[in-house]
Amino acid sequence: MRLHVDHNVCTLCLRCVEECPYGALEEADGRIAVGEACTLCGACVEACPVEAISIEEREAGADGSADVRGGVWVYGEHQDGRLHPVVFELVGKGAELAAACGCALEVAALGGDLEGIPPQLAGLPVDGVLLAEHPALGEYRDGPHAAALAALIAEGRPQIVLAGATGRGRSLAPRVAVLCRTGLTADCTGLEIEPGTGNLLQTRPAFGGNVMATIVTRRHRPQMATVRPRVMAAPAPRGTAVPPARRWTPPDELLADGVQVVGRATREGESVNIAETDVLVAGGRGVGGPEGFELLRELAALLGGEVAASRAAVDAGWIPYARQVGQTGRTVQPDLYVAVGISGSVQHRAGMQSSGTIVAVNSDPDAPIFQVADYGLVGDYRAVLPGLIRQLREGTGR
Amino acid sequence: MHIVVCVKQVPDTAEVRIDPERGTLVREGVPSILNPLDAHAIEAAAALARGAGGRVTALCMGPPQAETALREAVARGCDDAVLLTDRAFAGADTWSTSYTLACAVRAMGDVRLVLCGKQAIDGDTAQVGPGIAAHLGWPQVTYARRIAEADEAALLVERLTDHGTETVRVRLPAVLTALKDLNVPRLPSLVTQMRARRCPVERWGADDLEADRAELGLDGSPTRVVRVFTPPPRGECVVWTGEPEEMAANLARALRERKLA
Repeated sequence: MRLHVDHNVCTLCLRCVEECPYGALEEADGRIAVGEACTLCGACVEACPVEAISIEEREAGADGSADVRGGVWVYGEHQDGRLHPVVFELVGKGAELAAACGCALEVAALGGDLEGIPPQLAGLPVDGVLLAEHPALGEYRDGPHAAALAALIAEGRPQIVLAGATGRGRSLAPRVAVLCRTGLTADCTGLEIEPGTGNLLQTRPAFGGNVMATIVTRRHRPQMATVRPRVMAAPAPRGTAVPPARRWTPPDELLADGVQVVGRATREGESVNIAETDVLVAGGRGVGGPEGFELLRELAALLGGEVAASRAAVDAGWIPYARQVGQTGRTVQPDLYVAVGISGSVQHRAGMQSSGTIVAVNSDPDAPIFQVADYGLVGDYRAVLPGLIRQLREGTGR
Repeated sequence: MHIVVCVKQVPDTAEVRIDPERGTLVREGVPSILNPLDAHAIEAAAALARGAGGRVTALCMGPPQAETALREAVARGCDDAVLLTDRAFAGADTWSTSYTLACAVRAMGDVRLVLCGKQAIDGDTAQVGPGIAAHLGWPQVTYARRIAEADEAALLVERLTDHGTETVRVRLPAVLTALKDLNVPRLPSLVTQMRARRCPVERWGADDLEADRAELGLDGSPTRVVRVFTPPPRGECVVWTGEPEEMAANLARALRERKLA
């Protein structure tokens, strides 16, 4: 397999050279030369206005794994029997995909006692619930849960499996995908069925959200994707019908594991997952110290949200790492993101620039955070936030 | 104990700029760096090797120029380095990448622990670490933030979960992925930089691995990128300056209009 440039068609516009994310293409002696750095990502194929570039592939043989019986599955992530909110979002999207493919939508949950799972899906467009129950699955661990889910997939042969791109989902799904010998796309923000082929078009941000990539799993099944929480809309229940459940007991030998959980703890400030809240008020270096976060907490509480922070504030020890937004922290996508005293490095923006509405409060009018903000307030947050808090209180009568 | 740290050479996304007129990425002159989270994996491995006695090998799959990242890994505490470089590896997605890395770990024969950064800043998938563990059939501990105890047989690791922390005992051999919280990486010193410059970087190709050729590179990759595009730009930023009270009033009004307050 290699990149092929048809030099008879190529106009040497050099669009491909500019678009190559890896700097692998260059013009040499009036031709486009492909360097070692090429990863066959296809960006140039897309960019070429005259379709002179293609990726030549070795003809793949028959692929046994493409034998599909089932429909669309949603991984029923739960904590102590309570389904994660992202499951309902995936049910909404999954039902849409199932309708487009003319197949069923099922939720697959694993655990020790799953009695309480099906009723939580009452009235939702779910055709069935698969319950993999075993005492060894009672406490969540990647190894046994991945092995059991892979075995369940091997038996049910769904064409699509969706999981939430939660910490757990992003840890579990890659293990499952390897065991199932199939493709997995991380952190999708868009999913649709390609007309004609029926393939799942999986769109996700890359390069810190600076580009979007659409990915397909052409021949392998199931097509697996983790989906960013809070992007898809959860459907409202219609009626109270509980979807039928089917139980499956994984064989004991599948569940052996080298990991033993010896303790769980919730530390001060770490019990909330900032990737799962509607509103975030984030502080950076400009907040000046841990006491400055009090004002941010007050605003966050008023807006029904949580506080978060940039790397600078975390590194200074003002706030725990679990609340760090950005490339080396968490990626968040709240409805409202208020950045206070955050200059907005590329690394920070990569973790928040997909947020619904972005507000920036910064005393430096040239701070890069204003490039991604919808509303910018140039000034000292200590002067701005108290007034804002008061006005919001007055408006809501609180 | 033989520890392998998997590292990746990535474009420095801090240097990636958007061309405001064309809305495309400007990549000219963008330097390649060692993936930042990998430095934490290297630091953890080096600390373990110092404590328990052992050797740390930096492992990287990439084009020949990725050797630079391996030399930095040596300068930061690895003892030796292996570069997996072969046209047959090109175009690998996370499935095939983790397969190739797992084959290399297996080929080394005596590896007890594989450490990776949680994710790379160019792809952000976080899929290769768990993928390696699955290919090797080893247990995995993702999002490691503290290694509390270590001996030849097991590690006691604290990991960050979605709603707190969890302490697990993991039997070796195993795969760990590192959070930034795990440690503060030491910067290379003059001495280690000198050593890194002289350190031989072994180059392995597909023939050096007991790998199924059909599973390598683009051919072995179940996924294909079919389209790369720039996300639609956000609207212009409405900027207010001047009286704090007035700015606050403007914002309160805007948030109410958007039904956010």
